[in-house]
Amino acid sequence: MLMKSLKKTTLGGWLKRSFATAIVAGAVALAAPVQANDTIKIGFSMALTGGLAGAGKGALIAMQVWAEDTNAAGGLLGKQVELVYYDDQTNPATVPGIYTKLLDIDEVDFVVSGYGTNLIAPAMPIVMQRGLVFPSLFGLAVNEKFNYPNYFQIMPAGPEPLTDWSKGFYSVAMAQDPPPKTIALVGADAEFARNAVKGARIQAEELGLEIVYDESYHPKTPDFTPIVNAIQARNPDMVFVGSYPPDSVGMVKAATEVGLKTKIFGGGMVGLQFASIMTALGPKLNGIVNYDFWVPEPTLKFEGVEAFLAKYQKAAEGQGVDPLGYYLQPYAYAYLQVLGQAIAATNSADHAVIGEYIRNNSFDTVVGNVSFAPNGEWAKTRVLMVQYQGIEDNELATFTKQGTRVVLYPEEWKSGTVNYPYAE
Amino acid sequence: MFSVDLLINALIAGVLLGGFYAAVSLGLTVSFGQLNIVNIAHPAFIILGSYIAYMCNSLWGLDPILTGIIFIPVFFLIGAGAYRLYYESFERKDDEALRGLAFFFGVMFIIEVALIMVYGVDFRTVQASYIGQSWKAGGIGMPTRMFVPFCVSVVMFTVVYLYMSRTFNGRAIKAVAQDRLALQLMGADPVKIKQLGFGISIGTAALAGALLIIIIPVEPSVGRLYIGQVFAIAVLAGLGSIPGTLVAGLILGVVESLVATFFGPSWAPAVAFGILLAALAFRPQGLFGR
Repeated sequence: MLMKSLKKTTLGGWLKRSFATAIVAGAVALAAPVQANDTIKIGFSMALTGGLAGAGKGALIAMQVWAEDTNAAGGLLGKQVELVYYDDQTNPATVPGIYTKLLDIDEVDFVVSGYGTNLIAPAMPIVMQRGLVFPSLFGLAVNEKFNYPNYFQIMPAGPEPLTDWSKGFYSVAMAQDPPPKTIALVGADAEFARNAVKGARIQAEELGLEIVYDESYHPKTPDFTPIVNAIQARNPDMVFVGSYPPDSVGMVKAATEVGLKTKIFGGGMVGLQFASIMTALGPKLNGIVNYDFWVPEPTLKFEGVEAFLAKYQKAAEGQGVDPLGYYLQPYAYAYLQVLGQAIAATNSADHAVIGEYIRNNSFDTVVGNVSFAPNGEWAKTRVLMVQYQGIEDNELATFTKQGTRVVLYPEEWKSGTVNYPYAE
Repeated sequence: MFSVDLLINALIAGVLLGGFYAAVSLGLTVSFGQLNIVNIAHPAFIILGSYIAYMCNSLWGLDPILTGIIFIPVFFLIGAGAYRLYYESFERKDDEALRGLAFFFGVMFIIEVALIMVYGVDFRTVQASYIGQSWKAGGIGMPTRMFVPFCVSVVMFTVVYLYMSRTFNGRAIKAVAQDRLALQLMGADPVKIKQLGFGISIGTAALAGALLIIIIPVEPSVGRLYIGQVFAIAVLAGLGSIPGTLVAGLILGVVESLVATFFGPSWAPAVAFGILLAALAFRPQGLFGR
């Protein structure tokens, strides 16, 4: 009897709740366009699952912090800002569909890119066709072939991103006495890594270095011992690596285990900037010279960056994302700052006007003063080359201290001197 | 560039890698090869094993391999339960071909999403005394990060092989997909036997997951990358052969390592899978298949 009554109540209740939910959902859907007039919608895809999700989810939190800050300050054009986003699953094939939906169904006012070269490029044709301003988050040389004037890339790769990316690596190495003569190049067989290694190859040839090893590997390679052994057999003075997070870990572990002997090692290893990977590798990182974009060194204390990081770190608690947020997150905040400042300054939602403004002005952001070259990259490179120094444990707090990632390049932001060689 | 040291190092690295490949493929050999259950969620169970090893390592400092061993019974029960559900929903109605495949797809996504919800999407690693160490003799090196998983893999293979070949239930598992009726005439319940077999298959994932996180950092979707690899090893072995799986894993590992060392790492997967195709062309039943 009790069961029967329960079943009846449950089924009846379920039907009633479903009906009520449908009515409420319909009402919300009908109400949405009315609300849309009161908001400025910014749409984007983001890697919230898949290989780049660790960074993508962190970027999303940073963007939400920006939206909260902006709305607290009165919004844009007198309206509140609303972020509309979808998970691209780190799958480039999903990106065109997402941006089409954002523009045609969600009717967003602006779009910005998702995270990473592979996920930015597929959105470009749609954005270009509609003449939209397109702030972009960490794409390496995406606009090289498109030459789209309204593309603005926040990663500080510089006007010649292919070569600017690794310029600091060579600058540090060639300043040594005697300078290195041979180099090994190795990178993942994927878009970013290919570009990073291509730029490194161009510069090695320009500097007259002998390339003794130049290979790519499949991105799901689990063990890098054979690769490091093959590199070691050629005894290069320099080893430049273009890799993604799992490969970077594998490469560093293999280099430590094999006892890689070279004078300078690192370059373009993505992932060594992430807190989870830094704490996993700990002292194995010592001596590696690698690119970075922001580290807690005294030369990089831009206005607002520490306040942003405090908000981000609080928001990131328990989210399973990078708890420090030094790498990508300030830039995810900054590319929306650029867009927001341009909208506010022009007092317009006209993409042509905003694009023109961004091209001709500089912007004070949490990552410093930003201005763009005609190809949409930073007017001047600020890819940092940092060296991991004095790391004795695997504690997270270690990596919040000054002096664990010393800036060696560019000279303007330098905070220490190189420990050379890596291992002899 | 060739040297004897380089060759020996490549062979060592290949054998150690092959042992790991075999460990992650063992469960699939049992489920796909011996039970005829296309469990494409197997890599997801392995990732679940990795996360459990991570959790116990980060919370209590427990060795990942010890965690893997402790959780084998838990995974066995999960596997047995999953098979029961699969049997009642699909196999009993002779509906397992397509819907069963969809079921395991669903299981894979549920595990992945559950891990994302609990642990987020950041990369996870473990700490152990043997990670980052290496034994060296002259120019020859053996990384303990790969050697320890290799040894564990060999022990796991030995135990499963002995169980499958020396016990009534083990032999029944091998027989159940071949002749269900004959098995019933021997007084064994095919459903319970398959339940036992599938439990063993998923049980190996607990330990294989621990080995995986020792070697590479994991995030919830990393299992998808290895689906092709584990199926390839199971097929090359000759669907259902446990010694064959170990040999196939070793072949793939050694070939990948030699090619990566002497011809460039970009060729390694192509040559390894080329060998798979060639083997299947000349021996469609696989290396140890009948």
